[in-house]
Amino acid sequence: MTAQKEAWGSRVGLILAMAGNAVGLGNFLRFPVQAVQNGGGAFIIPYLVCFLLMGIPLLWIEWSTGRFGGRLGHHSTPFILDSMDKRRFWKYFGVFGIFTNVAVAAYYCYIESWTMSYVYHSVVGTFKGMSQAETANFFKSYVDVAHSTTGIPYEAVIFYIICLCLNTFILANGLKGVEKAAKIGMPLLILFGVILAIRGLTLGTSGANAEHPDASAFEGLNFLWTPQFDSLSNPKVWLAAAGQIFFTLSVGMGTIQCYASYLKSKDDIALNSVSAGFMNEFVEVVLGSCIVIPIAAGYLGLDWVKENAGFGMAFQTMPYLFQQWGEVFAVLAGVMWFGLLFFAGITSSLAMGTPWMGFMRDEFNWGRVKGALSFGVIVLMLGLPTVFFYNQGVFDEYDYWAGTVSLVVFALAETILFAWVFGMNKGWKEINSGGDIKIPTIYKFIIKFVTPFLLLFVFLGSLITPKGNDWQGAFSSLLNGNGWSLDHSSIIMQLSNSGLKEQILNAPDAMAASVLEEKMFYINMARIILLSLFIIISLLVYKAYINRQKKGGIA
Amino acid sequence: MNSSALLLMTMVFVVVFSFTLFFFIKVLRTPDKPEPDSYTDNDPV
Repeated sequence: MTAQKEAWGSRVGLILAMAGNAVGLGNFLRFPVQAVQNGGGAFIIPYLVCFLLMGIPLLWIEWSTGRFGGRLGHHSTPFILDSMDKRRFWKYFGVFGIFTNVAVAAYYCYIESWTMSYVYHSVVGTFKGMSQAETANFFKSYVDVAHSTTGIPYEAVIFYIICLCLNTFILANGLKGVEKAAKIGMPLLILFGVILAIRGLTLGTSGANAEHPDASAFEGLNFLWTPQFDSLSNPKVWLAAAGQIFFTLSVGMGTIQCYASYLKSKDDIALNSVSAGFMNEFVEVVLGSCIVIPIAAGYLGLDWVKENAGFGMAFQTMPYLFQQWGEVFAVLAGVMWFGLLFFAGITSSLAMGTPWMGFMRDEFNWGRVKGALSFGVIVLMLGLPTVFFYNQGVFDEYDYWAGTVSLVVFALAETILFAWVFGMNKGWKEINSGGDIKIPTIYKFIIKFVTPFLLLFVFLGSLITPKGNDWQGAFSSLLNGNGWSLDHSSIIMQLSNSGLKEQILNAPDAMAASVLEEKMFYINMARIILLSLFIIISLLVYKAYINRQKKGGIA
Repeated sequence: MNSSALLLMTMVFVVVFSFTLFFFIKVLRTPDKPEPDSYTDNDPV
Protein backbone atom coordinates (compact mmCIF):
# COMPACT_ATOMS: atom_id res chain seq x y z
CA MET A 1 0.00 0.00 0.00
CA THR A 2 1.09 3.57 -0.63
CA ALA A 3 1.85 5.90 2.22
CA GLN A 4 -0.81 8.45 3.15
CA LYS A 5 -0.01 11.49 1.05
CA GLU A 6 -3.26 13.45 1.10
CA ALA A 7 -4.04 15.79 3.99
CA TRP A 8 -6.44 18.58 4.84
CA GLY A 9 -4.99 22.08 4.95
CA SER A 10 -7.00 23.38 7.88
CA ARG A 11 -9.80 22.45 10.24
CA VAL A 12 -12.10 25.13 8.85
CA GLY A 13 -11.34 23.86 5.34
CA LEU A 14 -12.33 20.34 6.37
CA ILE A 15 -15.59 21.54 7.96
CA LEU A 16 -16.48 23.62 4.90
CA ALA A 17 -15.70 20.66 2.64
CA MET A 18 -17.86 18.38 4.82
CA ALA A 19 -20.64 20.98 4.90
CA GLY A 20 -20.27 21.43 1.14
CA ASN A 21 -20.59 17.68 0.72
CA ALA A 22 -23.85 17.75 2.68
CA VAL A 23 -25.27 20.97 1.24
CA GLY A 24 -26.62 20.02 -2.14
CA LEU A 25 -29.37 20.89 -4.55
CA GLY A 26 -31.83 19.09 -2.26
CA ASN A 27 -31.38 21.74 0.45
CA PHE A 28 -33.08 24.30 -1.77
CA LEU A 29 -35.29 22.07 -3.89
CA ARG A 30 -36.17 18.88 -2.00
CA PHE A 31 -36.65 20.25 1.53
CA PRO A 32 -39.31 22.90 0.78
CA VAL A 33 -41.16 20.50 -1.52
CA GLN A 34 -41.15 17.77 1.14
CA ALA A 35 -42.41 20.30 3.68
CA VAL A 36 -45.22 21.42 1.35
CA GLN A 37 -46.23 17.83 0.54
CA ASN A 38 -46.21 16.76 4.19
CA GLY A 39 -48.42 19.27 5.91
CA GLY A 40 -46.22 22.36 5.99
CA GLY A 41 -45.51 23.32 9.60
CA ALA A 42 -46.20 19.77 10.76
CA PHE A 43 -43.11 18.60 8.95
CA ILE A 44 -40.49 20.62 10.80
CA ILE A 45 -40.98 19.00 14.22
CA PRO A 46 -40.39 15.38 13.10
CA TYR A 47 -37.65 16.71 10.85
CA LEU A 48 -35.71 18.24 13.75
CA VAL A 49 -36.37 15.19 15.97
CA CYS A 50 -34.95 12.95 13.23
CA PHE A 51 -31.95 15.26 12.90
CA LEU A 52 -31.16 14.77 16.59
CA LEU A 53 -31.91 11.04 16.73
CA MET A 54 -30.69 9.85 13.34
CA GLY A 55 -28.77 12.60 11.56
CA ILE A 56 -26.23 13.56 14.22
CA PRO A 57 -25.63 9.93 15.32
CA LEU A 58 -25.01 8.91 11.71
CA LEU A 59 -22.55 11.78 11.31
CA TRP A 60 -20.61 10.59 14.38
CA ILE A 61 -20.70 6.99 13.17
CA GLU A 62 -19.40 7.89 9.72
CA TRP A 63 -16.74 10.36 10.88
CA SER A 64 -15.41 7.90 13.47
CA THR A 65 -15.42 4.83 11.20
CA GLY A 66 -13.63 6.92 8.55
CA ARG A 67 -10.96 8.09 10.98
CA PHE A 68 -10.62 4.53 12.36
CA GLY A 69 -10.11 3.09 8.86
CA GLY A 70 -7.76 5.89 7.85
CA ARG A 71 -5.49 5.02 10.76
CA LEU A 72 -5.08 1.58 9.16
CA GLY A 73 -4.39 3.07 5.72
CA HIS A 74 -7.91 2.72 4.23
CA HIS A 75 -9.58 5.67 2.53
CA SER A 76 -12.73 4.09 1.10
CA THR A 77 -15.51 2.09 2.70
CA PRO A 78 -14.82 -1.47 1.44
CA PHE A 79 -11.69 -1.89 3.55
CA ILE A 80 -12.77 0.56 6.25
CA LEU A 81 -15.74 -1.72 6.99
CA ASP A 82 -13.55 -4.80 6.51
CA SER A 83 -11.20 -3.58 9.24
CA MET A 84 -14.04 -3.37 11.77
CA ASP A 85 -14.90 -7.06 11.93
CA LYS A 86 -13.30 -10.44 11.28
CA ARG A 87 -16.06 -11.52 8.89
CA ARG A 88 -15.02 -10.82 5.32
CA PHE A 89 -18.42 -10.02 3.78
CA TRP A 90 -18.54 -6.47 5.18
CA LYS A 91 -16.24 -5.20 2.46
CA TYR A 92 -18.94 -6.01 -0.09
CA PHE A 93 -21.37 -3.79 1.83
CA GLY A 94 -18.57 -1.22 1.59
CA VAL A 95 -18.85 -1.44 -2.21
CA PHE A 96 -21.97 0.72 -1.81
CA GLY A 97 -19.67 3.52 -0.60
CA ILE A 98 -18.01 3.68 -4.03
CA PHE A 99 -20.89 2.51 -6.23
CA THR A 100 -23.35 5.11 -4.92
CA ASN A 101 -20.93 7.96 -5.50
CA VAL A 102 -20.01 7.00 -9.05
CA ALA A 103 -23.63 6.33 -10.05
CA VAL A 104 -25.03 9.43 -8.35
CA ALA A 105 -22.27 11.63 -9.79
CA ALA A 106 -23.35 10.48 -13.27
CA TYR A 107 -26.75 12.18 -13.06
CA TYR A 108 -25.92 14.74 -10.37
CA CYS A 109 -23.28 16.34 -12.61
CA TYR A 110 -26.00 16.59 -15.25
CA ILE A 111 -28.16 18.73 -12.94
CA GLU A 112 -25.04 20.66 -11.98
CA SER A 113 -24.47 21.35 -15.67
CA TRP A 114 -28.03 22.74 -15.95
CA THR A 115 -27.16 25.29 -13.26
CA MET A 116 -24.01 26.33 -15.19
CA SER A 117 -26.03 26.68 -18.35
CA TYR A 118 -28.78 28.66 -16.59
CA VAL A 119 -26.19 31.09 -15.14
CA TYR A 120 -25.05 31.66 -18.73
CA HIS A 121 -28.63 32.13 -19.99
CA SER A 122 -29.42 34.49 -17.10
CA VAL A 123 -26.42 36.65 -18.01
CA VAL A 124 -27.16 36.79 -21.75
CA GLY A 125 -30.82 37.54 -21.06
CA THR A 126 -32.36 34.45 -22.66
CA PHE A 127 -35.36 34.55 -20.29
CA LYS A 128 -36.09 38.25 -20.93
CA GLY A 129 -39.70 38.71 -21.99
CA MET A 130 -40.55 35.01 -21.74
CA SER A 131 -43.94 34.02 -20.37
CA GLN A 132 -44.27 31.41 -17.63
CA ALA A 133 -45.12 28.74 -20.19
CA GLU A 134 -42.22 29.73 -22.45
CA THR A 135 -39.77 29.53 -19.54
CA ALA A 136 -41.06 26.05 -18.68
CA ASN A 137 -40.83 25.00 -22.34
CA PHE A 138 -37.26 26.28 -22.52
CA PHE A 139 -36.31 23.68 -19.92
CA LYS A 140 -38.18 20.94 -21.78
CA SER A 141 -36.38 21.75 -25.00
CA TYR A 142 -33.07 21.94 -23.12
CA VAL A 143 -33.33 18.36 -21.83
CA ASP A 144 -34.65 17.10 -25.17
CA VAL A 145 -31.09 16.86 -26.46
CA ALA A 146 -31.91 15.82 -30.02
CA HIS A 147 -34.26 18.76 -30.65
CA SER A 148 -32.60 21.52 -28.66
CA THR A 149 -33.97 24.93 -29.53
CA THR A 150 -31.83 26.88 -27.12
CA GLY A 151 -29.50 28.15 -29.82
CA ILE A 152 -26.52 25.89 -29.11
CA PRO A 153 -26.55 22.43 -30.75
CA TYR A 154 -26.33 19.62 -28.20
CA GLU A 155 -26.10 22.28 -25.52
CA ALA A 156 -27.00 19.90 -22.67
CA VAL A 157 -24.19 17.53 -23.68
CA ILE A 158 -21.66 20.36 -24.05
CA PHE A 159 -22.41 21.82 -20.63
CA TYR A 160 -22.38 18.32 -19.11
CA ILE A 161 -18.89 17.67 -20.48
CA ILE A 162 -17.64 21.11 -19.35
CA CYS A 163 -19.01 20.38 -15.88
CA LEU A 164 -17.32 16.97 -15.77
CA CYS A 165 -14.01 18.46 -16.94
CA LEU A 166 -14.18 21.07 -14.17
CA ASN A 167 -14.86 18.38 -11.55
CA THR A 168 -12.03 16.22 -12.90
CA PHE A 169 -9.60 19.14 -12.91
CA ILE A 170 -10.33 20.04 -9.28
CA LEU A 171 -10.21 16.38 -8.18
CA ALA A 172 -6.83 15.98 -9.88
CA ASN A 173 -5.51 18.51 -7.34
CA GLY A 174 -6.50 16.17 -4.51
CA LEU A 175 -7.93 17.24 -1.17
CA LYS A 176 -6.30 20.65 -1.52
CA GLY A 177 -8.41 21.27 -4.64
CA VAL A 178 -11.58 20.08 -2.94
CA GLU A 179 -10.83 22.25 0.09
CA LYS A 180 -10.17 25.33 -2.03
CA ALA A 181 -13.45 24.82 -3.92
CA ALA A 182 -15.32 24.55 -0.59
CA LYS A 183 -13.63 27.66 0.80
CA ILE A 184 -14.77 29.67 -2.24
CA GLY A 185 -18.10 27.94 -2.86
CA MET A 186 -19.61 27.77 0.63
CA PRO A 187 -19.28 31.46 1.61
CA LEU A 188 -20.62 32.54 -1.81
CA LEU A 189 -23.48 30.05 -1.55
CA ILE A 190 -24.44 31.42 1.87
CA LEU A 191 -24.13 35.03 0.67
CA PHE A 192 -26.34 34.43 -2.39
CA GLY A 193 -28.78 32.41 -0.28
CA VAL A 194 -29.09 35.16 2.37
CA ILE A 195 -29.77 37.84 -0.28
CA LEU A 196 -32.47 35.75 -1.99
CA ALA A 197 -33.94 34.69 1.37
CA ILE A 198 -34.28 38.33 2.46
CA ARG A 199 -36.13 38.98 -0.81
CA GLY A 200 -38.39 35.98 -0.15
CA LEU A 201 -39.15 37.14 3.40
CA THR A 202 -39.90 40.73 2.39
CA LEU A 203 -41.81 40.12 -0.86
CA GLY A 204 -45.18 40.06 0.88
CA THR A 205 -48.11 40.82 -1.43
CA SER A 206 -46.17 43.06 -3.81
CA GLY A 207 -46.08 40.32 -6.46
CA ALA A 208 -49.85 39.98 -6.77
CA ASN A 209 -51.17 40.72 -10.27
CA ALA A 210 -54.35 40.53 -12.33
CA GLU A 211 -53.79 36.86 -13.08
CA HIS A 212 -52.98 35.93 -9.47
CA PRO A 213 -54.63 38.62 -7.32
CA ASP A 214 -54.33 36.56 -4.10
CA ALA A 215 -50.63 35.86 -4.50
CA SER A 216 -48.70 36.46 -1.30
CA ALA A 217 -45.29 35.32 -0.07
CA PHE A 218 -46.71 35.41 3.46
CA GLU A 219 -49.22 32.73 2.46
CA GLY A 220 -46.32 30.53 1.37
CA LEU A 221 -44.52 31.12 4.65
CA ASN A 222 -47.74 30.54 6.59
CA PHE A 223 -48.22 27.22 4.88
CA LEU A 224 -44.62 26.19 5.56
CA TRP A 225 -44.61 27.22 9.20
CA THR A 226 -48.13 26.97 10.70
CA PRO A 227 -47.87 24.05 13.16
CA GLN A 228 -50.35 21.21 12.57
CA PHE A 229 -49.80 18.95 15.53
CA ASP A 230 -52.38 16.34 14.44
CA SER A 231 -50.06 15.34 11.57
CA LEU A 232 -47.46 14.18 14.11
CA SER A 233 -49.32 10.88 14.44
CA ASN A 234 -49.09 10.20 10.70
CA PRO A 235 -46.23 7.75 9.85
CA LYS A 236 -46.04 9.22 6.33
CA VAL A 237 -44.86 12.57 7.73
CA TRP A 238 -42.26 10.88 9.96
CA LEU A 239 -41.03 8.75 7.08
CA ALA A 240 -40.69 11.81 4.85
CA ALA A 241 -38.88 13.73 7.62
CA ALA A 242 -36.46 10.86 8.32
CA GLY A 243 -35.85 10.46 4.60
CA GLN A 244 -35.10 14.15 4.17
CA ILE A 245 -32.63 14.20 7.08
CA PHE A 246 -30.97 11.18 5.60
CA PHE A 247 -30.48 12.67 2.14
CA THR A 248 -29.63 16.19 3.24
CA LEU A 249 -26.67 15.13 5.37
CA SER A 250 -25.21 12.93 2.59
CA VAL A 251 -24.99 10.03 5.00
CA GLY A 252 -24.95 6.46 3.69
CA MET A 253 -22.78 7.44 0.73
CA GLY A 254 -19.24 6.75 1.90
CA THR A 255 -18.00 10.29 1.29
CA ILE A 256 -17.90 11.31 4.96
CA GLN A 257 -15.80 8.24 5.82
CA CYS A 258 -13.45 9.09 2.98
CA TYR A 259 -12.98 12.72 4.09
CA ALA A 260 -12.58 11.69 7.76
CA SER A 261 -10.05 8.98 6.92
CA TYR A 262 -7.39 11.68 6.56
CA LEU A 263 -7.70 12.64 10.24
CA LYS A 264 -5.50 11.48 13.09
CA SER A 265 -6.95 9.92 16.27
CA LYS A 266 -6.00 12.83 18.46
CA ASP A 267 -7.88 15.28 16.26
CA ASP A 268 -11.50 16.07 17.01
CA ILE A 269 -14.43 14.65 15.12
CA ALA A 270 -17.20 15.17 17.70
CA LEU A 271 -17.30 18.96 17.31
CA ASN A 272 -16.32 19.01 13.63
CA SER A 273 -19.23 16.77 12.66
CA VAL A 274 -21.93 18.72 14.53
CA SER A 275 -20.51 21.99 13.21
CA ALA A 276 -20.71 20.73 9.60
CA GLY A 277 -24.13 19.18 10.28
CA PHE A 278 -25.60 22.39 11.71
CA MET A 279 -24.13 24.41 8.84
CA ASN A 280 -26.10 22.16 6.50
CA GLU A 281 -29.23 22.64 8.61
CA PHE A 282 -28.82 26.42 8.53
CA VAL A 283 -28.65 26.38 4.75
CA GLU A 284 -31.57 23.99 4.44
CA VAL A 285 -34.01 25.19 7.11
CA VAL A 286 -33.28 28.90 7.21
CA LEU A 287 -32.25 29.65 3.62
CA GLY A 288 -33.99 26.74 1.87
CA SER A 289 -37.39 27.61 3.29
CA CYS A 290 -37.18 31.31 2.42
CA ILE A 291 -36.53 31.19 -1.30
CA VAL A 292 -38.51 28.93 -3.66
CA ILE A 293 -41.84 28.60 -1.84
CA PRO A 294 -42.37 32.21 -0.67
CA ILE A 295 -41.17 33.71 -3.96
CA ALA A 296 -43.36 31.34 -6.03
CA ALA A 297 -46.36 31.92 -3.73
CA GLY A 298 -45.68 35.65 -3.91
CA TYR A 299 -46.24 35.72 -7.66
CA LEU A 300 -48.32 32.67 -8.49
CA GLY A 301 -50.33 32.09 -5.32
CA LEU A 302 -50.31 29.28 -2.77
CA ASP A 303 -52.71 27.06 -4.71
CA TRP A 304 -50.34 27.02 -7.67
CA VAL A 305 -47.44 26.13 -5.37
CA LYS A 306 -49.38 23.26 -3.76
CA GLU A 307 -50.24 21.84 -7.17
CA ASN A 308 -46.85 22.32 -8.81
CA ALA A 309 -44.31 22.01 -6.00
CA GLY A 310 -41.47 19.91 -7.36
CA PHE A 311 -37.88 19.76 -8.47
CA GLY A 312 -38.65 21.41 -11.81
CA MET A 313 -39.69 24.69 -10.15
CA ALA A 314 -36.04 25.70 -9.84
CA PHE A 315 -35.53 25.67 -13.60
CA GLN A 316 -39.03 25.99 -15.02
CA THR A 317 -40.45 28.70 -12.80
CA MET A 318 -37.78 30.70 -10.97
CA PRO A 319 -36.26 32.34 -14.10
CA TYR A 320 -39.72 33.64 -15.00
CA LEU A 321 -40.31 34.99 -11.48
CA PHE A 322 -36.94 36.78 -11.48
CA GLN A 323 -38.03 38.62 -14.63
CA GLN A 324 -40.64 40.40 -12.49
CA TRP A 325 -37.82 42.17 -10.61
CA GLY A 326 -36.71 44.30 -13.53
CA GLU A 327 -33.98 43.81 -16.12
CA VAL A 328 -30.89 44.25 -13.92
CA PHE A 329 -32.18 42.45 -10.85
CA ALA A 330 -33.45 39.58 -13.00
CA VAL A 331 -29.89 38.98 -14.20
CA LEU A 332 -28.45 39.32 -10.68
CA ALA A 333 -31.10 37.06 -9.15
CA GLY A 334 -30.59 34.45 -11.89
CA VAL A 335 -26.83 34.47 -11.36
CA MET A 336 -27.25 34.22 -7.57
CA TRP A 337 -29.91 31.49 -7.68
CA PHE A 338 -28.26 29.24 -10.25
CA GLY A 339 -24.84 30.19 -8.87
CA LEU A 340 -25.77 29.00 -5.40
CA LEU A 341 -27.22 25.81 -6.88
CA PHE A 342 -23.99 25.33 -8.80
CA PHE A 343 -21.83 25.75 -5.69
CA ALA A 344 -24.16 23.44 -3.75
CA GLY A 345 -23.81 20.91 -6.55
CA ILE A 346 -20.08 21.04 -7.20
CA THR A 347 -19.05 20.80 -3.53
CA SER A 348 -21.12 17.60 -3.39
CA SER A 349 -20.01 16.11 -6.72
CA LEU A 350 -16.36 16.65 -5.80
CA ALA A 351 -16.95 14.65 -2.64
CA MET A 352 -18.36 11.84 -4.78
CA GLY A 353 -15.07 11.50 -6.64
CA THR A 354 -12.86 11.06 -3.59
CA PRO A 355 -13.88 7.50 -2.47
CA TRP A 356 -13.07 6.07 -5.94
CA MET A 357 -9.74 7.93 -6.03
CA GLY A 358 -8.91 6.85 -2.47
CA PHE A 359 -9.71 3.22 -3.25
CA MET A 360 -7.65 3.12 -6.46
CA ARG A 361 -4.73 4.84 -4.74
CA ASP A 362 -4.77 2.54 -1.72
CA GLU A 363 -5.21 -0.70 -3.63
CA PHE A 364 -3.72 -0.16 -7.08
CA ASN A 365 -1.26 2.71 -6.50
CA TRP A 366 -3.06 5.09 -8.86
CA GLY A 367 -2.00 8.72 -8.62
CA ARG A 368 -4.35 11.70 -8.27
CA VAL A 369 -4.46 12.55 -11.98
CA LYS A 370 -5.09 8.97 -13.06
CA GLY A 371 -7.73 8.55 -10.34
CA ALA A 372 -9.50 11.80 -11.25
CA LEU A 373 -9.39 11.11 -15.00
CA SER A 374 -10.72 7.58 -14.57
CA PHE A 375 -13.54 8.95 -12.39
CA GLY A 376 -14.38 11.53 -15.04
CA VAL A 377 -14.42 8.95 -17.83
CA ILE A 378 -16.55 6.45 -15.88
CA VAL A 379 -19.01 9.17 -14.86
CA LEU A 380 -19.22 10.36 -18.48
CA MET A 381 -19.92 6.83 -19.74
CA LEU A 382 -22.56 6.25 -17.08
CA GLY A 383 -23.97 9.74 -17.38
CA LEU A 384 -24.52 9.97 -21.11
CA PRO A 385 -27.53 7.61 -21.00
CA THR A 386 -29.12 9.98 -18.44
CA VAL A 387 -28.48 12.92 -20.79
CA PHE A 388 -29.72 11.27 -24.00
CA PHE A 389 -32.59 9.28 -22.46
CA TYR A 390 -33.64 11.75 -19.74
CA ASN A 391 -37.24 11.78 -20.98
CA GLN A 392 -37.31 7.95 -21.08
CA GLY A 393 -36.78 7.74 -17.31
CA VAL A 394 -33.09 6.71 -17.14
CA PHE A 395 -32.26 9.70 -14.92
CA ASP A 396 -35.03 8.87 -12.43
CA GLU A 397 -34.01 5.23 -12.38
CA TYR A 398 -30.43 6.10 -11.41
CA ASP A 399 -31.75 8.47 -8.75
CA TYR A 400 -34.08 5.84 -7.30
CA TRP A 401 -31.67 2.89 -7.04
CA ALA A 402 -28.33 4.65 -6.52
CA GLY A 403 -29.44 7.89 -4.92
CA THR A 404 -32.18 6.56 -2.67
CA VAL A 405 -32.33 2.81 -2.03
CA SER A 406 -28.54 2.24 -1.86
CA LEU A 407 -28.07 4.99 0.74
CA VAL A 408 -30.59 3.46 3.11
CA VAL A 409 -29.22 -0.08 2.72
CA PHE A 410 -25.64 1.07 3.30
CA ALA A 411 -26.46 3.30 6.28
CA LEU A 412 -28.44 0.52 7.93
CA ALA A 413 -25.58 -1.94 7.41
CA GLU A 414 -22.88 0.43 8.70
CA THR A 415 -24.93 1.36 11.77
CA ILE A 416 -25.47 -2.30 12.68
CA LEU A 417 -21.77 -2.96 12.10
CA PHE A 418 -20.73 0.01 14.25
CA ALA A 419 -23.17 -0.34 17.14
CA TRP A 420 -23.63 -4.11 17.34
CA VAL A 421 -20.61 -5.81 15.73
CA PHE A 422 -17.70 -3.41 16.23
CA GLY A 423 -19.30 -2.78 19.60
CA MET A 424 -20.80 0.31 21.19
CA ASN A 425 -18.07 0.58 23.83
CA LYS A 426 -15.30 0.63 21.25
CA GLY A 427 -17.41 2.84 19.00
CA TRP A 428 -18.13 5.35 21.78
CA LYS A 429 -14.41 5.54 22.58
CA GLU A 430 -13.68 6.13 18.89
CA ILE A 431 -16.26 8.94 18.60
CA ASN A 432 -14.94 10.70 21.71
CA SER A 433 -11.24 10.28 20.95
CA GLY A 434 -9.70 13.76 20.66
CA GLY A 435 -13.13 15.33 21.10
CA ASP A 436 -13.37 19.07 21.72
CA ILE A 437 -16.90 18.71 23.12
CA LYS A 438 -18.39 16.25 25.57
CA ILE A 439 -21.12 14.26 23.86
CA PRO A 440 -24.11 13.54 26.15
CA THR A 441 -23.99 9.88 27.27
CA ILE A 442 -27.61 9.41 26.20
CA TYR A 443 -26.26 9.23 22.64
CA LYS A 444 -24.65 5.88 23.47
CA PHE A 445 -28.17 4.50 23.89
CA ILE A 446 -29.51 6.43 20.88
CA ILE A 447 -26.78 5.16 18.55
CA LYS A 448 -27.27 1.57 19.69
CA PHE A 449 -31.07 1.41 19.64
CA VAL A 450 -32.86 4.47 18.28
CA THR A 451 -30.80 5.20 15.15
CA PRO A 452 -30.91 1.59 13.82
CA PHE A 453 -34.65 1.50 14.55
CA LEU A 454 -35.24 4.73 12.62
CA LEU A 455 -33.14 3.46 9.71
CA LEU A 456 -35.07 0.20 9.70
CA PHE A 457 -38.27 2.27 9.74
CA VAL A 458 -37.09 4.23 6.69
CA PHE A 459 -36.01 1.04 4.88
CA LEU A 460 -39.20 -0.90 5.59
CA GLY A 461 -41.27 2.19 4.84
CA SER A 462 -39.70 2.28 1.38
CA LEU A 463 -39.81 -1.48 0.89
CA ILE A 464 -43.51 -1.93 1.63
CA THR A 465 -45.01 1.54 1.10
CA PRO A 466 -48.79 1.03 1.32
CA LYS A 467 -51.14 2.02 -1.49
CA GLY A 468 -51.59 5.78 -1.66
CA ASN A 469 -48.99 6.13 1.15
CA ASP A 470 -51.96 5.68 3.50
CA TRP A 471 -50.33 4.03 6.52
CA GLN A 472 -53.29 4.33 8.86
CA GLY A 473 -55.59 2.76 6.26
CA ALA A 474 -53.03 0.01 5.55
CA PHE A 475 -52.72 -0.95 9.22
CA SER A 476 -56.53 -1.00 9.60
CA SER A 477 -56.79 -3.17 6.51
CA LEU A 478 -54.15 -5.56 7.86
CA LEU A 479 -55.83 -5.81 11.28
CA ASN A 480 -59.18 -6.50 9.58
CA GLY A 481 -57.60 -9.38 7.67
CA ASN A 482 -57.73 -7.61 4.30
CA GLY A 483 -53.99 -7.72 3.72
CA TRP A 484 -51.52 -4.97 2.85
CA SER A 485 -51.81 -3.38 -0.58
CA LEU A 486 -48.47 -2.13 -1.88
CA ASP A 487 -48.06 1.18 -3.64
CA HIS A 488 -46.36 1.29 -7.04
CA SER A 489 -43.64 3.46 -5.45
CA SER A 490 -42.61 0.71 -2.97
CA ILE A 491 -39.27 -1.01 -3.66
CA ILE A 492 -41.00 -4.36 -4.19
CA MET A 493 -43.40 -2.96 -6.78
CA GLN A 494 -40.68 -0.86 -8.41
CA LEU A 495 -38.64 -4.01 -8.95
CA SER A 496 -41.43 -5.55 -10.97
CA ASN A 497 -42.22 -2.30 -12.87
CA SER A 498 -45.82 -2.76 -11.73
CA GLY A 499 -46.80 0.89 -12.20
CA LEU A 500 -45.53 0.98 -15.76
CA LYS A 501 -47.13 -2.38 -16.58
CA GLU A 502 -50.46 -1.05 -15.33
CA GLN A 503 -50.05 2.06 -17.49
CA ILE A 504 -49.34 -0.15 -20.53
CA LEU A 505 -52.46 -2.22 -19.84
CA ASN A 506 -54.56 0.93 -19.55
CA ALA A 507 -52.96 2.70 -22.52
CA PRO A 508 -55.62 4.34 -24.72
CA ASP A 509 -54.06 3.12 -27.99
CA ALA A 510 -51.29 0.96 -29.41
CA MET A 511 -49.05 3.99 -29.99
CA ALA A 512 -49.20 5.03 -26.32
CA ALA A 513 -48.55 1.43 -25.24
CA SER A 514 -45.55 1.26 -27.55
CA VAL A 515 -44.08 4.47 -26.03
CA LEU A 516 -44.49 3.02 -22.54
CA GLU A 517 -42.93 -0.29 -23.58
CA GLU A 518 -39.98 1.64 -24.97
CA LYS A 519 -39.70 3.45 -21.64
CA MET A 520 -39.65 0.10 -19.82
CA PHE A 521 -36.80 -1.01 -22.08
CA TYR A 522 -34.74 2.06 -21.12
CA ILE A 523 -35.54 1.60 -17.44
CA ASN A 524 -34.37 -2.01 -17.55
CA MET A 525 -31.27 -0.92 -19.45
CA ALA A 526 -30.49 1.60 -16.68
CA ARG A 527 -30.85 -1.15 -14.08
CA ILE A 528 -28.47 -3.42 -16.00
CA ILE A 529 -25.92 -0.58 -16.17
CA LEU A 530 -26.16 0.02 -12.42
CA LEU A 531 -25.96 -3.69 -11.59
CA SER A 532 -22.93 -4.07 -13.87
CA LEU A 533 -21.23 -1.16 -12.13
CA PHE A 534 -21.84 -2.73 -8.72
CA ILE A 535 -20.47 -6.09 -9.91
CA ILE A 536 -17.36 -4.48 -11.46
CA ILE A 537 -16.56 -2.57 -8.26
CA SER A 538 -17.13 -5.76 -6.22
CA LEU A 539 -14.67 -7.60 -8.47
CA LEU A 540 -12.12 -4.81 -7.98
CA VAL A 541 -12.60 -5.12 -4.22
CA TYR A 542 -12.11 -8.89 -4.47
CA LYS A 543 -8.94 -8.37 -6.53
CA ALA A 544 -7.67 -5.88 -3.96
CA TYR A 545 -8.42 -8.40 -1.22
CA ILE A 546 -6.41 -11.09 -3.03
CA ASN A 547 -3.53 -8.61 -3.51
CA ARG A 548 -3.59 -7.82 0.19
CA GLN A 549 -3.55 -11.52 1.08
CA LYS A 550 -0.54 -12.05 -1.17
CA LYS A 551 1.26 -9.17 0.50
CA GLY A 552 0.28 -10.53 3.91
CA GLY A 553 -1.82 -7.51 4.77
CA ILE A 554 -4.79 -9.61 5.86
CA ALA A 555 -4.53 -12.41 8.40
CA MET B 1 -48.14 35.85 8.47
CA ASN B 2 -50.23 34.36 11.23
CA SER B 3 -48.76 34.50 14.74
CA SER B 4 -48.29 30.75 15.26
CA ALA B 5 -46.40 30.40 11.96
CA LEU B 6 -44.31 33.46 12.77
CA LEU B 7 -43.54 32.10 16.23
CA LEU B 8 -42.55 28.63 14.99
CA MET B 9 -40.45 30.05 12.15
CA THR B 10 -38.66 32.52 14.43
CA MET B 11 -38.02 29.87 17.07
CA VAL B 12 -36.63 27.36 14.58
CA PHE B 13 -34.49 29.98 12.81
CA VAL B 14 -33.08 31.26 16.11
CA VAL B 15 -32.33 27.76 17.42
CA VAL B 16 -30.73 26.49 14.20
CA PHE B 17 -28.75 29.70 13.63
CA SER B 18 -27.57 29.85 17.27
CA PHE B 19 -26.34 26.25 17.27
CA THR B 20 -24.63 26.74 13.90
CA LEU B 21 -22.88 29.87 15.16
CA PHE B 22 -22.06 28.35 18.56
CA PHE B 23 -20.39 25.24 17.14
CA PHE B 24 -18.54 27.15 14.42
CA ILE B 25 -17.19 29.72 16.89
CA LYS B 26 -16.15 26.87 19.18
CA VAL B 27 -14.20 25.35 16.27
CA LEU B 28 -12.48 28.69 15.59
CA ARG B 29 -11.62 29.30 19.25
CA THR B 30 -10.36 25.81 20.10
CA PRO B 31 -6.53 25.82 20.13
CA ASP B 32 -4.75 23.56 17.63
CA LYS B 33 -3.61 20.15 18.85
CA PRO B 34 0.17 19.70 19.18
CA GLU B 35 1.95 18.70 15.98
CA PRO B 36 1.87 16.38 14.16
CA ASP B 37 -1.85 16.99 13.67
CA SER B 38 -4.07 16.28 10.64
CA TYR B 39 -3.72 19.71 9.05
CA THR B 40 -0.88 21.00 6.92
CA ASP B 41 -1.48 24.77 6.96
CA ASN B 42 -0.22 25.07 10.54
CA ASP B 43 2.84 22.88 10.01
CA PRO B 44 6.19 24.50 10.81
CA VAL B 45 7.85 25.60 7.59
